[in-house]
Amino acid sequence: MNSNLYGLVAEFNNPDDLLRAARAVREAGYRKVEAYTPFPVHGLSEALEIHDWRMPWLIFLGGVTGCVFGFLMQWYTAVIDYPWNIGGKPYNSWPQFIPITYECTILFAGLTAFFATIFLNGLPRPHHPIFNAPRFERATSDLFFLCIEADDGMFDREGTEEFLRGLGAQLVSEVEK
Amino acid sequence: MDNETSIQSSSSAPENPAIAGLIEGDQTFETVTERIVSVVLSQSKHKLPWWIMTAIGFLLFNVLGISLTYLVFKGVGIWGINQPVSWGWAIINFVWWIGIGHAGTLISAFLALMRQQWRASINRFAEAMTIFAVMCAGIFPALHTGRPWVDYWMFPLPNILAMWPQWRSPLMWDVFAVGTYFTISVLFWFLGLVPDFATVRDRAENPIIKYVYAVLSLGWRGAASHWERFETAYLILAGLSTPLVLSVHSVVSFDFSVGIVSGWHATIFPPYFVAGALYAGFAMVIMLAIPLRVWYHLEDYVTMKHFDWMAKMMLTSGLIVFYGYIMECFFAYFGGDYFDRRMMEFRQFGPYGWAYWVLILTNCIIPQALWLPWVRRNLNWLFFISVVISIGMWFERYVIVAVSLTRQFLPATWGYYTNTIWDVLVYLGTFGLFTFFFFLFVRFAPMISVFEMRDLVWRRFHFGHHGHESETTEMEHTTGTAEA
Repeated sequence: MNSNLYGLVAEFNNPDDLLRAARAVREAGYRKVEAYTPFPVHGLSEALEIHDWRMPWLIFLGGVTGCVFGFLMQWYTAVIDYPWNIGGKPYNSWPQFIPITYECTILFAGLTAFFATIFLNGLPRPHHPIFNAPRFERATSDLFFLCIEADDGMFDREGTEEFLRGLGAQLVSEVEK
Repeated sequence: MDNETSIQSSSSAPENPAIAGLIEGDQTFETVTERIVSVVLSQSKHKLPWWIMTAIGFLLFNVLGISLTYLVFKGVGIWGINQPVSWGWAIINFVWWIGIGHAGTLISAFLALMRQQWRASINRFAEAMTIFAVMCAGIFPALHTGRPWVDYWMFPLPNILAMWPQWRSPLMWDVFAVGTYFTISVLFWFLGLVPDFATVRDRAENPIIKYVYAVLSLGWRGAASHWERFETAYLILAGLSTPLVLSVHSVVSFDFSVGIVSGWHATIFPPYFVAGALYAGFAMVIMLAIPLRVWYHLEDYVTMKHFDWMAKMMLTSGLIVFYGYIMECFFAYFGGDYFDRRMMEFRQFGPYGWAYWVLILTNCIIPQALWLPWVRRNLNWLFFISVVISIGMWFERYVIVAVSLTRQFLPATWGYYTNTIWDVLVYLGTFGLFTFFFFLFVRFAPMISVFEMRDLVWRRFHFGHHGHESETTEMEHTTGTAEA
């Protein structure tokens, strides 16, 4: 058993073939599967049963934090710390605090959305074993890849390769770590 | 070389009606990638027009630097502002530039939410336009303060005076609105660029170029789990950006409408400003799209259908702006407030009357030509009308700012406003910043979203039942033949 093996990768030249293959691979019981595509393929995340539920919640939390922070910042400074009579308005002039609260909500939510995507994706990451796959530089242009990792429970060097070949891949190859 | 599977069928195949007309010619994943990314990877694709625009931009950018330095050194007295018109070209230019930025966000964010496919080829450079427009706009609030070196007082930083910003002022709301808008725009734009930078990285041959784009792409590898998070974030950012656009220009309009100045204190200002922003913004997008598609051979991606629809968006927002003008007249003449009525009379027949009628001509009359389909599809006329609208929208802010301030409540305070050469130079300088940065963007980043174009290429001929095999016709499937 080659301990330097990251996995087996199948290459396709169109998203439909990849989608079919992805479904077949999941149905066969493989779990450590990843696909690599040059654009987001509709239906692929359902086929691979990928859904990161943390994203929407994190972003929501970010927005709530922004809202609370924006309002508290204004309330504390204008009501507690240095209250000042502006145009005869009450110190806690909450209608006038709304625009900034609103903007802070959006700012924090947006920042969370961006950084959550990057960091939950494990990026920035200069190197990954999949870059060793042949022709992988075309994964960002016109080729679609499906990779079954070697530490998947059902992985078998010959059996998995035969299975992948039967799925309509135009090339199946090993990926070194 | 592996056989080039026809990703698209022959011309007899049915085209997806949702995408027909948005992408033309025989396109494959490779052709769209090559056409757009090759522009980034070779200087030879940038011919004389790029050099001229970049040179002019750089020149004017330096004019900006000189003017701003002199401004900080001498003070805002070098501008024509005085009593009673203490807000002049600076605020006009600020509102003008911010307004232009809004169309980019609308195209990027709002059309994404509405699942409008026609945004695919225009959203990247429209978002870039937004970012550079907001940069230009931000110069004015920062430098129109009499003492720009204490601008940090606008932020809630603890200081030895124990003072805090005055939260109840629209000018403070502007700080947060424009700051948030700039930040979110940059994040949204950069997020969309990450996969395309990865494409440039993978196609670059020069090792230094490869390294630079590798860093910019953050190691993106197109993993499905990554795309899933990407799409979630993109959609949510689009959902956040849309109300942000509405709120930012509403807050900008509050700079005027929250005050009591006649001609400013109108509730129609927020929606009317937002519509005006989109109006000028679409004009700018069109003015950028027309030369870019010729210079970089993007006619297959930015098609006449795109221009037709952008022209319709422009016409729609123009009609809302026209309605705004009519309502202002209505409020003034029907409202019963003496000062409002006199303000309207001054606006139309007073010393600035000429500006008002220029405004009506450029914003209301001339753009009605866009009702005609042949005008919308004639790029020369469209460019001309877009220039006219840009000028008109500048005049709108000029009329709003200058007239209302020259004729305030007390006749003793009346005065006339004349700009100085420095007002003009700073404004020209911002054109330099915009042009220079925009053409650097064109040089170094894919100006059309490549991954979205690939999606269009695929779905142009492959559509049908969701989740199942799509209705393809003569597409050849290569079977599992291993290639050497």
